[in-house]
Amino acid sequence: MAKKDNTARIHEPLFHIAKRDALPLGKTVLIRASAILISLVVCAIVCFVLIKINPLELYSTMFEGVFGTSRRIWKFLKDSAVLLCFALAVTPAFKMKFWNIGAEGQVLVSCLASVACMYYLKDSVDTWLLLIIMFVASVLAGAAWALLPAICKAQWNTNETLFTLMMNYVATNLVAFFLIKWTPDGSSSLGSLPYGHLPQVLNEYLLLIIVVALLTVGMYIYLKYSKQGYEISVVGESQKTASYIGISVKKVIVRTMLVSGAICGLAGFLIVSALDHSVTTESAGGQGFTAIMVSWLGKFNPFIMIITSFLMIFLQQGADRISTEFNISNAFPSIVTGIILFFIIGCEFFINYKIIFRQKEVK
Amino acid sequence: MFKKVLSLALVVVMITTMCFAFASCKKDNADFKLGVILLHDEFSTYDLNFINGINAAAKELGLTEAQVVFKKNIPESNECYEAACDLVDEGCDIIFADSFGHETYMIKAAEEFKDVEFCHATGNQAHVKNLPNYHNAFASIYEGRYLAGVAAGMKLNEMISSGKITADKAVMGYVGAFTYAEVISGYTSFYLGAKSVCPSVTMKVQFTGSWYDENLEKNTALALIDKGCVLISQHADSMGAPTVCEEKGVPNVSYNGSTLEDCPSTFIVSSRINWAPYIKYICEQNMAGKKIDTDWTGTIATDSVVLTEVNTKAAAAGTVEKIADVKSKLQAGTLHVFDTATAGFITVGGAAVTSHKVEDKEVVVDGYFQESKIMSAPYFDLRIDGIELMNEDYGD
Repeated sequence: MAKKDNTARIHEPLFHIAKRDALPLGKTVLIRASAILISLVVCAIVCFVLIKINPLELYSTMFEGVFGTSRRIWKFLKDSAVLLCFALAVTPAFKMKFWNIGAEGQVLVSCLASVACMYYLKDSVDTWLLLIIMFVASVLAGAAWALLPAICKAQWNTNETLFTLMMNYVATNLVAFFLIKWTPDGSSSLGSLPYGHLPQVLNEYLLLIIVVALLTVGMYIYLKYSKQGYEISVVGESQKTASYIGISVKKVIVRTMLVSGAICGLAGFLIVSALDHSVTTESAGGQGFTAIMVSWLGKFNPFIMIITSFLMIFLQQGADRISTEFNISNAFPSIVTGIILFFIIGCEFFINYKIIFRQKEVK
Repeated sequence: MFKKVLSLALVVVMITTMCFAFASCKKDNADFKLGVILLHDEFSTYDLNFINGINAAAKELGLTEAQVVFKKNIPESNECYEAACDLVDEGCDIIFADSFGHETYMIKAAEEFKDVEFCHATGNQAHVKNLPNYHNAFASIYEGRYLAGVAAGMKLNEMISSGKITADKAVMGYVGAFTYAEVISGYTSFYLGAKSVCPSVTMKVQFTGSWYDENLEKNTALALIDKGCVLISQHADSMGAPTVCEEKGVPNVSYNGSTLEDCPSTFIVSSRINWAPYIKYICEQNMAGKKIDTDWTGTIATDSVVLTEVNTKAAAAGTVEKIADVKSKLQAGTLHVFDTATAGFITVGGAAVTSHKVEDKEVVVDGYFQESKIMSAPYFDLRIDGIELMNEDYGD
């Protein structure tokens, strides 16, 4: 069926990129699914070429490592919840286009604050009271760590990315300093302290998971239905518009970062009281950075972020399992995770844009 | 009739299978499994030393690859406990962890899983926790340091007799990581080894405040050389100090492995801990159903403390023989590193050491300071005469 071409002859590049309108859900799911499928195939090839392991065995090992025993499933849920908590903390700031990469430091100081309460109060107060004191101290510490860059941003328009990053280093060294102070044997290793343990519901993970689940719902409502949530998205879209319609941008920046920091404080409190009962310079374990990816991939929607944190933790734990099972260095599983993430992030491009090839003229 | 025969046959079958099942319950080497928790992976020299030791022990015991499960990059947090639980689920009979900060989490797991043995290197809680299934281990690396010190003293003597330096200029330099007992015990034993053959020796110690900082270790070694140190040794993990020594032509006594390849003209000898004997010991005890010591200290006698080959090109003549001689005395127990009985050998502020308490227990007994006796982790932290600390560093 030849169609008549009415367009004038102009030089057209081989292909060009155009923004897509919103795709129907089915199509986006299809694109994402095929991206994952392609990534698995690429991984399989890399795996076979590099280490001569049957790819199917590789993937079944990953599944086994995450879902193999009930303990592993609980660990998977718990790790995802902790990561999600970090991600929920950075989300309001990111939605406001405030590039807060300081979740790591904010969580670390709140861990430190919690442990300081444990270390100095010991069993001089009841556990429930100690837990409340730890909680308050953690939230205040996290909020304070976020407040400083926020005020400087609001007042003098300092670069928040650098500022929050630097605050991470300050937090790390602060923890190192106190560890030296608290360990007279010079080992810098505090170990698990016997005070201020969060009560266990069923096991040591469930309460933490419930808290983060409630937080997720709360954050969704806050961002979607509250006035403050609306202000955040307006400031994120355009500060000028926000000022024009009478939103105080400075106030929103400071307030939102306080919320971010406070949630980091909660994360720090949970890590200390439910899991580690201690602090090291590695207590946040780089999750403050992984959380950024969780938040972005989840499009700042707390419910989608549940899925993305599941994905991240699945890849992480699966990779660890590969390393243990095949007794190879962690470098290889990192390659596998890298490839899979590359395709998953890459496919977002095809969801948001389309490639239009030069149309052949049909006679 | 047929039914009766059938049921009889079934009973026989069931009994025989049960017999086999029970027979296989008996501990068998093929069932044995060792779980290993490592702070980092093979890219860290510290963990590599453990991995090598474990692999060597596994080979000697004839364990298959599936019988040794490694969990690498496990931080000093609740993750250590989780890793230990996972290893229990996998059916490990012994779980071993290699980093000091893993200890409290290992104890948590040991309290929960009473029928699994937990062994922890470098820790110091086992003797107070009193759990039947939790154990500490270390090695008397001070003996290795002492032997290395003997080689250093021989080198100094050679320099003195050849007229290169005078006896009062026999100054050694020591690049230390932190001002901990582990490091203090190490450099003191090194110094004493040198002093045992070269009485006029003195030593300057400078700390870097890091276990691994190549540039800082280089600069520290350089500073020590500038201050007149004619021989350098170190207790830090990078190649910083040995490299500087090779550049400057200053003899070097190394640690944790040979640096001969990179420093062919200055490397004398190196000492290190060999973990293979301990791993072999715990596996054998477990397979035989015997108890594992609460605190196990590997010694020269157990081959847990080893010296590399002496580089005869850099070392003084007769070093190999002298080391062999001193080693046999240490093994026999006729010689003690921290000898407080010999007048003037160990003094603090000019006075002899007659008493020292660690956790309320007397450790100066029978004319020597008993290192690694109360617990396997080192605790000698006296500041003895002849060693000058340029700084102190407990961390950054």
